[in-house]
Amino acid sequence: MMAHHSRSGANSDAAMIAILPERGLADRLTGLFWRKPKLLLALMITPPLLWLGVVYLGSLAALLLQSFYSIDEFSGMVVQEFTLKTYAELLRPANYDVIFRTLLMAAAVTVGCAILAFPIAYFAARFARGRWKAVFYLGIMLPLWSSYLVKVYAWKLILAKEGIITWAAEATQTSAVLDAILTLPVIGGNSLSTSYIGMFMVFTYVWLPYMILPMQASLERVPASMLEASADLGATRAQTLRTVILPLAMPGVIAGSIFTFSLTMGDYIIPQIVGNSANFIGMAVYQLQGTAGNIPLAAAFAVVPIVIMVIYLWLAKRAGAFDAL
Amino acid sequence: MQALKLMSTTALIVALTVTPTFAQISAIGDGEGEVSIVAWAGHIERGETDKTFDWVTKFEADTGCKVSVKTANTSDEMVALMNEGGFDLVTASGDASLRLIAGGRVQPINTDLIPSWSTVDDRLKDAGWHTVNGTHYGVPYMWGPNVLMYNTEVFKEAPTSWNVVFEAMDLPDGKPNAGRVQAYDGPIHIADAAQYLMFHKPELKITSPYELNEEQYKAALDLLRVQRTLVSRYWHDAFIQMDDFKNEGVVASGSWPFQVGLLAADTPIASTIPQEGATGWADTTMMHVDAKHPNCAYKWMEHSLASNLQSDLSVWFGANPAVPAACTDKRGMQTAEGCAANGMDNFDKIRFWTTPVANCSQGEGMCVPYYRWVSDYIGVIGGR
Repeated sequence: MMAHHSRSGANSDAAMIAILPERGLADRLTGLFWRKPKLLLALMITPPLLWLGVVYLGSLAALLLQSFYSIDEFSGMVVQEFTLKTYAELLRPANYDVIFRTLLMAAAVTVGCAILAFPIAYFAARFARGRWKAVFYLGIMLPLWSSYLVKVYAWKLILAKEGIITWAAEATQTSAVLDAILTLPVIGGNSLSTSYIGMFMVFTYVWLPYMILPMQASLERVPASMLEASADLGATRAQTLRTVILPLAMPGVIAGSIFTFSLTMGDYIIPQIVGNSANFIGMAVYQLQGTAGNIPLAAAFAVVPIVIMVIYLWLAKRAGAFDAL
Repeated sequence: MQALKLMSTTALIVALTVTPTFAQISAIGDGEGEVSIVAWAGHIERGETDKTFDWVTKFEADTGCKVSVKTANTSDEMVALMNEGGFDLVTASGDASLRLIAGGRVQPINTDLIPSWSTVDDRLKDAGWHTVNGTHYGVPYMWGPNVLMYNTEVFKEAPTSWNVVFEAMDLPDGKPNAGRVQAYDGPIHIADAAQYLMFHKPELKITSPYELNEEQYKAALDLLRVQRTLVSRYWHDAFIQMDDFKNEGVVASGSWPFQVGLLAADTPIASTIPQEGATGWADTTMMHVDAKHPNCAYKWMEHSLASNLQSDLSVWFGANPAVPAACTDKRGMQTAEGCAANGMDNFDKIRFWTTPVANCSQGEGMCVPYYRWVSDYIGVIGGR
């Protein structure tokens, strides 16, 4: 800055010609920003930073703070003193069940999605060309355009005791198979729509696109030359898949699994509509913060998925899921 | 922080004693041109859902007060909306009304300014969910029982006891009830179990299903654990329950007359209030402490009692009018038979929803407060 000023002072005749008079506020602002570029940066970045800092991180901090309070056993009032009692309550069998159930479902849905998505993503990345590619994208994206609730209600009808699956099983004389599946302990139930199996199917359907898309992106990045080299060296197709394609596609799988895992863990609509009404983390939070007024426990429950996702993301980072970012 | 404290229901007792009395208005002036109401779905109809059900249009024409409605789905939502402010009236249920009074969100009502107050059901005039220390905080709107809904093909005669949903047994069609009955997916359902025990286990000495000491509470939970083995899925959404009766093979469940009315039109469904009695709900029109349109609000409260509203609403919602005359005086579509079917004569059998608090008639801190109902009901449904 200083250098600039002194120079223009020295060659004042030449500067008189080059510098035009300021035309209003806009010119003055332009000049100010040119002289102090950091001011412009600060002005532009402050609103989003405020949003992120105050609204987003602020509410998270408030949540965290609440979880260190506790509820008074007698009066039911929130006691605003630091304690770990509320977190200890998470370990009570009924609450521990909720967390465990949610985690198990999230893990199962993630594995289910990965297995289902791989062949689809592989086909799309390696073989689909031109118009087929468009059809593929449309097919994956289309379900995302319709309302989430409509999809879930539709599945409730499909899975109902007197729904289309039962009807199809009767028509094909396979009712015995369906009944056998439903008599499985724990995951079975009175009908598909009141069982964990049904809930698993709905979750898998709803979150599948989030697994396919990153998986396909990573599969497209596997160079064809490597597959050719693998074949030249005498590897069978299975060996190529196992030792070349899968390791190279792994970051995509992990990225997809972040979506399916966290989305399942946070969902509280599907477990209300499909399944046997047993609570999931989201449902528990919803119930505890309402009339119950047990905000501390609700907050502690809400912290659980955050902690789990932080660990999950850390592991994913170590596995290289973000290397391509 | 203060707001959070007030949200916890057991602040009730403390708060009640410190709530200041607000000045009530002493005369109704000209309308302000609008009135905004927080209401349950289906409570305020202007002929848009069904042309024959309209109790708003005429009010707007007569008073010049344009009615805007904000629909709420749960009592918690109602309390939250009223805490937020910006509304004039709310149709609050008994598990929200006392919280609103305790939180100072609603103002006392001057019943002298509501000419039709005298026509209100005497059983509701001083009801504890809107009257505190003799002060009225609202105008009764409507009430209804939580009935036992059943499939008439399975039950040729109406079940006489709630035991069909609480204990393992064979139903009249010879098949077990497991997997074919439902229960309400809300902690308040513990009260239904307590009411069942009140009748069948008098030695527990339960006097109110909303005031349970540790021993009574434990017995209720044990009963609900038996129920868990019979119930495939609990219900909380009226339309999901209706779907379950149609497509899931469910044949009996606690329910609202609303679902019964809609289902009975095309399915073999009926309802009854068994010998143990039933729990129920009663809604009250309450006025926000900072209502911007008090004159229109008072005009609406009078309208809610005097017009076709009471009669048509009770038909529409399958509930009972707060003004008994609405059953018979042909101001709307309701008839004496219709009111009887909705349980008008069963008022004494109904124990109305209130929020359980620790300090109850059994003594200070003697009863199990609502927040524990919530966590324990989560446990019961989770199989604990």
